[in-house]
Amino acid sequence: MLCQECGNKPATLHFTKIVSGEKTEFHICESCAREKGEMIPGVSGGFSIHSLLSGLIDFDTANKIKSGVGKDIQPLRCEDCGMTYSQFSKAGRFGCSSCYKYFNTRLDPLFKRVHGSTSHVGKVPIRGGAQIQVKRRLQDMKNELQLRIAQEEFEEAATLRDQIRELEKGSIEQ
Amino acid sequence: MPNLRFTEKALSDWMLGNANDSDIAISSRVRVARNLQHIPFPLLATSEQSMEVLDRLSDMEKYDSLKSLGTFYMLPLDDIAPLDRKVLVEKHLISPSLANESEHGAVILSEDESISIMINEEDHLRIQCLYPGFQVREAWEKATVIDDIFEAHIDYAFDDTRGYLTSCPTNVGTGLRASVMMHLPALVMTQQINRILSAVSQVGLTVRGIYGEGSEAVGNIFQISNQITLGQTESEIIDNLHSVVLQIIEHEKNARERLLKESKLRMTDRVRRSYGILSYAEMLDSKEAAQRLSDVRLGMDLGIIEGTSTSVMNELNVMTQPGFLQKTFGEAMNTEERDVYRAKLIREKLSPQQH
Ligand SMILES: [Zn+2]
Ligand SMILES: [Zn+2]
Repeated sequence: MLCQECGNKPATLHFTKIVSGEKTEFHICESCAREKGEMIPGVSGGFSIHSLLSGLIDFDTANKIKSGVGKDIQPLRCEDCGMTYSQFSKAGRFGCSSCYKYFNTRLDPLFKRVHGSTSHVGKVPIRGGAQIQVKRRLQDMKNELQLRIAQEEFEEAATLRDQIRELEKGSIEQ
Repeated sequence: MPNLRFTEKALSDWMLGNANDSDIAISSRVRVARNLQHIPFPLLATSEQSMEVLDRLSDMEKYDSLKSLGTFYMLPLDDIAPLDRKVLVEKHLISPSLANESEHGAVILSEDESISIMINEEDHLRIQCLYPGFQVREAWEKATVIDDIFEAHIDYAFDDTRGYLTSCPTNVGTGLRASVMMHLPALVMTQQINRILSAVSQVGLTVRGIYGEGSEAVGNIFQISNQITLGQTESEIIDNLHSVVLQIIEHEKNARERLLKESKLRMTDRVRRSYGILSYAEMLDSKEAAQRLSDVRLGMDLGIIEGTSTSVMNELNVMTQPGFLQKTFGEAMNTEERDVYRAKLIREKLSPQQH
């Protein structure tokens, strides 16, 4: 079966959506899927993202192996719960919160595809959250600093740089 | 036994409240997923670890401040009969996976059934708040208050970069799933529904049938929810859903007006036929029942039909489900018997001169 997007490569990703009992099937090749990465959940509309998920994770690993990146490397494994990356890709579920740490290098592309983003900007637990707030503010200020420099607003940049130093001193002393 | 009370009535008290746009947006729901630090997710947790999670999360003395939100009942799933579990699922008070797969699962329910706190579901803790009509903001505000009550005593699995860590990668970040259940018959009749649903999916939302995951949209009822949980704040997620739902309500209203203007006779005929069939049929399968109920609900909203109410419609949507039918008529039924009892129940509920 040929890819329904480009029409010349074989389709390797298949998914089905059901809306009002009406089934629609999608067949896409890997390169179109990669190109439209973030679009896939959008294209799929009414169908469950869970069903697509393990496909996405697998496809990610397959790419790495094909391009030679994954060769001769110990299989990724969470040292806390023992789950391997390939088990994760089959289950579509993490075994414990440490899996996020041990699989970290592989997660950005997955999150990017599922959420269009890789980092949290929402609510933070009240206890132990103060440091995170400072960190976030620092990051925002550093971004602004880059912007000021790029726009050659050096006076504002200097003030900002001093504020960043102050804040960093404070958070280190804590 | 609180346990019995929760499965006796089809209609939760929270559904009785009046709300804006409740003719099109039937109900709003918010769910927040959280996990405890240093304990594997329920998928891999040992029986002892799941017990520990249950002990720590169900200690009602500790979560004393919940009392300010009403009276709560703690129900371990092991103590609930399979049929009652099924009814709780049909009332959306627990998920199918908590009912069927969970080890040491439990649910903490508020008296009016508007708050349902699931323990040892896919995540250790899932806080769910339900509101009638279109009140997704109110639902989130309540959920975050409950989240804070637990967080005061529990170290959540949280990461600076990834946010709240969840078992499924689709929930990471905010752990927030907000959804609105919508009745969209006019958009279906005018064949605009697919265009609208695909537009909805372009803006990071997803559409499901009434019973979620993989099921069909029964009786023109669709559930619109956020798909993205990472990289947006909770209020961005809620606002996005809010504005899209508002637009869908507008489209549905317009479609209803147009149908009334351009084909009033046809519409009236269709709605009254459905009302007639529901009032007199001896047998009704679940699909036909759902479709006819949708017609009657629409007829009510448009003033074509009188003598019944939205809450009767909401009640019938739950009561005609297999678990509830079995609960009401008290026997194991085959499909044919179920169709007979379903018809009988609807007849009784719709007939005003019933004794
Ligand atoms: Zn292609
Ligand atoms: Zn792990």
